Amino acid sequence: MSNLENLYREIILDHYRSPRNRGELASPPAHKVEGFNPLCGDEVTIYLDVHDGVLADIKLTGHGCSISQSSSSLMSAAVKGKPLDDVHSTIETFKELMLAHETKVEESEGDSANLRTLGELAALAGVVKFPVRIKCATLAWNTLAQGLQEISI
Amino acid sequence: MTSFSARRVRADIPQLTRRVHGRPLTYLDSGASSLQPNAVIDAMSRYYELRHANVHRGVYTTAVEATEAYESSRAAVARFINAPGAQNEIVFTKNTTESINLLAKVWGAAHLGEGDVVLLSEMEHHANIVPWFQLRESTGVEVRFIPVGDDYRLDLTNLDELLRDVKLLSVTGMSNVLGTKNNVRELAAAAHSVGALVAVDGAQSVAHGPVDVAALDIDFLAFSGHKMLGPTGIGVLWTRESVLDTMGPFMGGGGMIADVRLDGFTPAKGVARFEAGTPPIAEAVGLHAAVRYLEGLGMDNVAAHERYLTEDALTRLELAFDGRVRVIGPRDVIDRGGVISLDVEGVHPHDVAQMLDEYGVCVRPGHHCAKPLMRRFNLAATARVSFGPYSSTADTSVLLEALEQALKMFG
Repeated sequence: MSNLENLYREIILDHYRSPRNRGELASPPAHKVEGFNPLCGDEVTIYLDVHDGVLADIKLTGHGCSISQSSSSLMSAAVKGKPLDDVHSTIETFKELMLAHETKVEESEGDSANLRTLGELAALAGVVKFPVRIKCATLAWNTLAQGLQEISI
Repeated sequence: MTSFSARRVRADIPQLTRRVHGRPLTYLDSGASSLQPNAVIDAMSRYYELRHANVHRGVYTTAVEATEAYESSRAAVARFINAPGAQNEIVFTKNTTESINLLAKVWGAAHLGEGDVVLLSEMEHHANIVPWFQLRESTGVEVRFIPVGDDYRLDLTNLDELLRDVKLLSVTGMSNVLGTKNNVRELAAAAHSVGALVAVDGAQSVAHGPVDVAALDIDFLAFSGHKMLGPTGIGVLWTRESVLDTMGPFMGGGGMIADVRLDGFTPAKGVARFEAGTPPIAEAVGLHAAVRYLEGLGMDNVAAHERYLTEDALTRLELAFDGRVRVIGPRDVIDRGGVISLDVEGVHPHDVAQMLDEYGVCVRPGHHCAKPLMRRFNLAATARVSFGPYSSTADTSVLLEALEQALKMFG
């Protein structure tokens, strides 16, 4: 698979064309948090409904490139309905994936424990080979982490 | 005598021999920075190999040669834009941005205050907006904008009203997003009629066609070396000698003084007053070579070549994509330069640029440092194609092939 095909995998294009959990939640009671990438103008707004230590619901709006949009869609599918502890660990695992050095990605292609726990999110592993696009992939995740931190305060 | 052949220009540019992802480089980002011909690279190498010394100080032979090389570049740049006061009117800066900052922070701070207006346009680069907002914070000057119409050109319907209390009109010669060339001569006449001075951001216009400051009857011109086949790190602010004489110094340090005592300093006379510290000497040598190279091509020829490329590209984009690739800029190639901003249906500009890179095609995605203009057209970003004297219709063919693939993948 070429680097480009690895970047634009079918799962990513699918989430870009048909984003999951798109929309808004009434806020309040939901918590609303916004993220911007001033360099390329990408924007994401996330609505979080947290009950009894569980991320009961999540909705997103915003616009941006296929990487930022599919990453936010994949993220929403991965964390929706999960206990907050699991959400935090998924965020950590995903951010580690984005920090992975190129050679590490080659070695771990398909079979590392991290990639397996990430499920569909592993499709975003190809982004690491395009350093300028990593910030596209991480925008929604950083925004989610910020939102959860705001809720916990 | 000028002679223009795009094929010969291409052969003069070493970077065009590079391959990216197994493909020849298709460089369509000259609006951001141009590629350099051997003449420029060699002139800078020769300078560093044999003639380098600091300028304006030494009495030894190479120091005198370096000073001559630096000052002769000033004279060449003055000739290139037909500055009436020749080298006495050319201030070397870092780039266009620094030139406009010098204008705002020195001339603006001294001559403008509350009740005065600086008139800009909605199609300006941030470099011709932010320094004026900064000046507003310190002096209370009002900043006003000429709107851009749906035809991607300045809407001059209410120009008389907009010009009220204006002391400076500062506009771009050519939009770095739309490609629109403004009628600077007409705008300058209108501004002068109310007693305002006229500054032109020439970052795009100087590199792609003839610019004659005397014929345009403007008062300031700012431009960059690296967009006109020269090196990075050098820019120019031209202004009339009579205006220059009313301007105090810019940054303080060596080279810009006539005298320093324990109780103060006296600034140098002339352009030296604005050039504190060791200037970009090798860059001035490179810019001189770039100017000579462009003069050899003939700026009329460069403009005609790029107009031909623009017409060809606009026509083929229309025919190939049937509206799926929208051009954000005038369709008419009269008063329009070779900058083509694309909005590709269903494909974000970053993804367009990423796909194009796979074909060795260099285009720029983003807001192009013109966010007010992007907002005007409800766009977050575009993918921008821009030509240089070395560009060819073959470059456009590769662009179309790669765009086709992008539409296929995301469609």
